Amino acid sequence: MSENPNNWPLWEVFIQSKRGLDHKHVGSLHAPDARLAIENARDVYTRRQEGNSIWVVPANAISASQPDDAEMFFDPADDKTYRHPTFYSIPEGAKYI
Amino acid sequence: MNIQPPVKVFKRKAKPRTLADQNKNMENQELEERFQEKVDAELKIEPKDWMPEKYRKTLVRQISQHAHSEVVGMLPEGNWIGRAPSLKRKAILLAKVQDEAGHGLYLYSAAETLGTTREKTVEDLLSGKAKYSSIFNYPTLTWADIGAVGWLVDGAAIMNQVMLCRTSYGPYARAMVRICKEESFHQRQGYEIMSVLSKGTPEQLEMAQDALNRWWWPSLMMFGPSDAESPNSAASMKWKIKRQSNDELRQIFIDRTVQQAEVIGLTIPDPDLKWNEEAKKYAWGTIDWTEFNNVVAGNGPCNKERLVARNKAHDEGAWVREAAMAYAAKKAKQKAA
Ligand SMILES: [Fe+2]
Ligand SMILES: [Fe+2]
Ligand SMILES: [Fe+2]
Repeated sequence: MSENPNNWPLWEVFIQSKRGLDHKHVGSLHAPDARLAIENARDVYTRRQEGNSIWVVPANAISASQPDDAEMFFDPADDKTYRHPTFYSIPEGAKYI
Repeated sequence: MNIQPPVKVFKRKAKPRTLADQNKNMENQELEERFQEKVDAELKIEPKDWMPEKYRKTLVRQISQHAHSEVVGMLPEGNWIGRAPSLKRKAILLAKVQDEAGHGLYLYSAAETLGTTREKTVEDLLSGKAKYSSIFNYPTLTWADIGAVGWLVDGAAIMNQVMLCRTSYGPYARAMVRICKEESFHQRQGYEIMSVLSKGTPEQLEMAQDALNRWWWPSLMMFGPSDAESPNSAASMKWKIKRQSNDELRQIFIDRTVQQAEVIGLTIPDPDLKWNEEAKKYAWGTIDWTEFNNVVAGNGPCNKERLVARNKAHDEGAWVREAAMAYAAKKAKQKAA
């Protein structure tokens, strides 16, 4: 967070659009504290009934993978086709499997 | 199903003595009615919503037992990773066991949204206080058992898990959706193993049949006691934690699996199994519930071995956890300096 007390911290906003669904990242905003971040998020991101629940997380609390690491990180899954059900041959006639 | 309305449940409790008590009870009753309305309207319950204490307790027990089952379930299959008959089968089995570890994690996290701590939940497993699915207290004696486990044990688990994708508690339902997606290869790889073995040498066919013979009845027990004998079922159905009864799910599983066995030329070890054309379902024999209760009580063939293995893994992993914490502390100190 900034040294300047007038610089409000950044919050990442997650909205659950409907009961039962995941909270999805929708964007961010600045606010002095969590309570105001939630109120502002309500005003900014849910004006058209987009929301049922809001989470705000201090942006500096989020750690992310590096775009440059993407290959090293995600490529190992490429040759593991056996993690998918279509990899297996099922004898003809077998149902519900 | 005979479900008591919440009002009646209240009347059975001790009479409130003070006015404050009385107000509190009225309030709870109202909250409980509103909660039930939400459930009836198919609205998911989320962690911050008010919920009856018994609903919370039931979920904590069920979700943590489910998590423990995923974790302990790695042991019987892990037994064959080093002895898988080919590199291909080994890679598949590794991927499956890896998935199960992930499933345990999703479920432990869902349990934590109900106010439990991870430490306590894990401790309850390690001390033997918590239960997990009894099926994992049976040994995997031959390679065919890996086929039978995938086909039957994951098959039975999937029946239950597909139902739980619609359970009333949001975080549990969402974990289940993810799990079901990943499960989809588990059953198929097991069935493929059985199918390959049954087309193999007479010995291989015999091995597949023997595995089916040993895993069939314990798999049917996985659905739990009969509805009439299942004391928690009514409340779980009312709260839509469960959406189908144990017996219903078991019957669907039997009807599907018998057909699959026929296709690969294996015989279900039940002399009473008979297609009922009128009811369009199989009539079948009786489950030995004495065996089930015995295994639940801790006397199955592998109960002790499983707990010892879990505790050993936990103890031997201590230095990794300690090292990770020490490294994090060192990094934090460097950053502060
Ligand atoms: Fe499982
Ligand atoms: Fe699983
Ligand atoms: Fe599985």
